[in-house]
Amino acid sequence: MVQTQPPTKLIDEKGKRIDGRNPRELRPIKLEVSVLENAAGSAYIEQGKNKILAAVYGPREAHPKHLALPDRAVIRCRYHMAPFSTETRKNPAPSRRELELSKIIREALEPTIFTELYPRTTIDVFIEVLQSDGGTRGAGIIAASLALADAGVPMRDLVVGCAAGKIEGQIVLDLDDVEDKFGQADMPVAILPRTGEITLLQMDGMLSPEEFEEALNLAIEGCKKIHEMQRNALKRKYAVEKEAAEEIVNTEKEEKEES
Amino acid sequence: MSVTPSEGIIARIKQKNLADLIARGKRLDGRGLTDYREIKIEPGVIDKAEGSALVHIGNTMVMAGIKVEPGEPFPDTPNEGILTVNTELVPLASPTFEPGPPDENAIELARVVDRGLRESKAIDLPKLCLTPCKTVLVVFVDIYILNHDGNLVDASSIAALAALLNTKMPKYEVDDDEIRLKPGRIKLPIQNFPIAVTQGKINQNLLVDPNLTEEQVMDAKLTITIDKEGCVCAMQKSGLGAFSLDMVEAAFKTAREKAEGLRKLLEK
Repeated sequence: MVQTQPPTKLIDEKGKRIDGRNPRELRPIKLEVSVLENAAGSAYIEQGKNKILAAVYGPREAHPKHLALPDRAVIRCRYHMAPFSTETRKNPAPSRRELELSKIIREALEPTIFTELYPRTTIDVFIEVLQSDGGTRGAGIIAASLALADAGVPMRDLVVGCAAGKIEGQIVLDLDDVEDKFGQADMPVAILPRTGEITLLQMDGMLSPEEFEEALNLAIEGCKKIHEMQRNALKRKYAVEKEAAEEIVNTEKEEKEES
Repeated sequence: MSVTPSEGIIARIKQKNLADLIARGKRLDGRGLTDYREIKIEPGVIDKAEGSALVHIGNTMVMAGIKVEPGEPFPDTPNEGILTVNTELVPLASPTFEPGPPDENAIELARVVDRGLRESKAIDLPKLCLTPCKTVLVVFVDIYILNHDGNLVDASSIAALAALLNTKMPKYEVDDDEIRLKPGRIKLPIQNFPIAVTQGKINQNLLVDPNLTEEQVMDAKLTITIDKEGCVCAMQKSGLGAFSLDMVEAAFKTAREKAEGLRKLLEK
């Protein structure tokens, strides 16, 4: 029987966490959009040891037909973890946890999408966790909203997810797996950064009213930082394309002038 | 895969009527915005179960039954008993419930109730260990929705807690790896009272204990589970809408006030 022993200290005397971070520090994040050829839109995120792919198909014809709604698009969402993504192999069949997360992630993304523009269709969002290290629903949401933007689905805003929690009696940002398991509370939050509206809010553990307020504000602060990275990831992809397009136009113009 | 639900048809006129009323601080059934419907708790309704309770919140009706059996512990908690929460949206409870394996709504409901009980350490699980790494007691909490008129989360979590408080389990004795029943029964070691308070959001208003009609009209709901110290031990936002930060903070304040009153009902 494999047993994970709790680490002796989640925060050391210098106030550093196990991976060397400060309490209010995010893990390093790498974002990339348009990583999959077949999907209408896709994105990849690395956040610490998390590695997650998200893809969007649609808007496309609803199948089976009875799913279709007369006045708007149906959003279908699947959050799934690969069998090799965890310490011990995860059964590939969807677990109760994955079913719940698929639902709350859908409900976190849906308020931002102009579904009324595509009646009788479905927009499918797939989130595949390739390696998990805590905070995967937040990271999944970050990637999924980038994939939606990459697919050109009209949205009110991007959606950003990030967790705050409590370890060793301290409120910290962006818990990893060990901190989640042996800490005292975990609170995943997702917001629409433009308006600050909260579209996902969950929490388990134990927080006093003051701690709750501090954690919620810290999570929102984290979300806003990640939002900048999301915008930059989109700019990296689309600013380059814009430049390339302009270059083609310019050279064509020059050629015309020469002839 | 989670799919956008097609909402129940509710007449537009009723929807507008309801939203207008709420904007003036009133509700269709005459309650104030922070009032619960009448709550009735009937413990010990099923003799064959180790513990049980029937809970009414208005017309919502939920039964919880507890079974306790010896079993194998989880590898990561070899010295602790096991808590399992399951809910059934029984087809007789609503025209929208269908037979079959639990759907995402049933699973979410069970997991929110589970989170409240687990994170508040409502049951002293280490006390349910018979032999470390080998045998522990497994507490099955089975929640049966019998009539759906909204706010299943609060009704289920009250029913679960009332049934746990009502539980009298057999005494076990372990002798040379053999589990034997001893005469007599003992209570479950309950050490905390997590109370779930659900509030629905309609436009910019929050309403406590939404009934089914209000649930069909609301944008989203937020369940906040408060333990006996007034700390929050579980939370879940559900539904398509969004909450502003101010609204979450207001909801938190109301939840703490309402949890107090509900806890008194259970302590009786």
